[in-house]
Amino acid sequence: MAARGTGPLDYGSRLWLKVLFVVIFVMLYVPIVTLIAFSFNTDKRGIVWRGFTLDNYAKAWNNAALIEAMTNSLVIAFLATIIATVLGAMVALFLWRFRFPFKSAYEGFMALPIVIPEICMGVALLLFFINTGMMDAVVAWPWPFNLANIVIAHVAFCFPFVAVVVRSRLVGFNRQLEEASKDLGASEWQTFWNILVPFMKPGLIAGALLAFTLSLDDFVITFFTSGPETVTFPVKVYSLVRRGVSPEINAASTVLIVITVVATFIAMKLQTPVKSGKG
Amino acid sequence: MDDWKGNSRVFWTLSLPGSLWLLIFFLVPLGLLFFMSFGEKAVIDGQMSINEIDFTGTLSNYLRSFDSLYLTIIWKSIWVSALATLLCMVIAYPIAFGICFAPERWKPLLLLLVILPFWINLLIRTYALIAVFRTQGYLNLALGWVGLGPYDMLYNNFAVIFGLVYVYMPFMVLPLYATIERLDKSYLEASLDLGASQFRTFWKVTVPLTLPGIISGTILVFIPCLGSFLTPDLLGGANAIMIGNVIERQFKAANDWPFGSALSFLLMYATFGALALRTLFARRSKGVDI
Repeated sequence: MAARGTGPLDYGSRLWLKVLFVVIFVMLYVPIVTLIAFSFNTDKRGIVWRGFTLDNYAKAWNNAALIEAMTNSLVIAFLATIIATVLGAMVALFLWRFRFPFKSAYEGFMALPIVIPEICMGVALLLFFINTGMMDAVVAWPWPFNLANIVIAHVAFCFPFVAVVVRSRLVGFNRQLEEASKDLGASEWQTFWNILVPFMKPGLIAGALLAFTLSLDDFVITFFTSGPETVTFPVKVYSLVRRGVSPEINAASTVLIVITVVATFIAMKLQTPVKSGKG
Repeated sequence: MDDWKGNSRVFWTLSLPGSLWLLIFFLVPLGLLFFMSFGEKAVIDGQMSINEIDFTGTLSNYLRSFDSLYLTIIWKSIWVSALATLLCMVIAYPIAFGICFAPERWKPLLLLLVILPFWINLLIRTYALIAVFRTQGYLNLALGWVGLGPYDMLYNNFAVIFGLVYVYMPFMVLPLYATIERLDKSYLEASLDLGASQFRTFWKVTVPLTLPGIISGTILVFIPCLGSFLTPDLLGGANAIMIGNVIERQFKAANDWPFGSALSFLLMYATFGALALRTLFARRSKGVDI
């Protein structure tokens, strides 16, 4: 039953598998590719291809509400990334370095924000912000401080991911380097800053980019924690999508796709394992 | 590894900020949600208050979840998620299998192609599906060329299941890939040499040996499907409501927070149940788990 010239285990060259691959990948990519392609379409209703244009991008650029939402999203992602990276790196460091009672319980606690359904975390934070009065308080604050609640929420679900990424990097660290540094008279802080941090750097960057994409992409938690006044890009797109399809959304979405895909590529490049002791 | 007492200053400096953040902005909110699920809307001057809640320790919110209306929705969320998970499995298994047996230089690219959509915003991917499936969408346009349609393909269970499969497929491919990649191919050869057919080898050798990956993938897809809100909201509309949409409605339009909290906790218990099952299976098949 195997095709001529192929062994019984040579599944990779089976025709039906190749066909299946093509079908699945077409199904995965056709919606995204058409979305991007039709952002350059002149047709207003966006179904039939009428010609190439950049008008949709100009329109999206001149749409003040859309730009405001995009700016908010980028500022939130930027702030959340900084805080989440610092917190995540610290958690990774102490989980990597120390033995302590109830460690596996603590690790489970750290993994909770990763596993529980987003909608549960969203409504829990909504309750929290309303009951503590933070929901009403931040509205009066000047921009960008009125985004504080969303930043806080994003940090809470991003930094456990950063901790996972940084910790997997730390596993490859040769602790003799640390000892050597201390033997040579460096203080705890000097050793940390000059030996450990440079080694962690690829993990830190990869973790930061992961946090950035997670924050930029988040809809559900933002949807519940943002007040009625603050709008982020996904929340804005959600309200537009409910009203129908427009080439302007395609243009704005394409910009966001490019940002996240580029960030992901950099993160993946940096995450390719490096031999231990290097760096 | 050092003992924490050995350098407690460093230990506390490193552990406190993250722990406190998670405690205040995650555990406390969940605690509030838990208390809220045992609360009732306060009655002030004989009128049901809109936003005052009394914590009465009532179980009525949980009991209400078992009303036939909500039970139907919970049951539907479960079978829609289960069907989506099953479809993911049927599609992802050959994909993962194919990647494992693909030429070495193709593997990274094929894996990347599977993961890449996962990095694109969920909302944007759902929007892209709307553009394909809506009545004036690309699929109906294509069908129109061969004289079919147009059909209403959005706002029904089919659209939701398709959307869930589309969105969560990478979660299934990755764990399957990881286990199939580590599968000792000589077992397959042995089975084939001893006269078993390809089909029999697959069912009797490949599937049992890759069971840990199958279980991991099932849990990883089933959990987010069960808690999904965006996909049923945008693709299913009013006709295909899932538990996530009911929760959202309690916190936004219906303004019944205690009931919404109870539903959230039921959803969380279901999630923990699924995770516990996974640990149980992982323990049983020690060594090959991922």
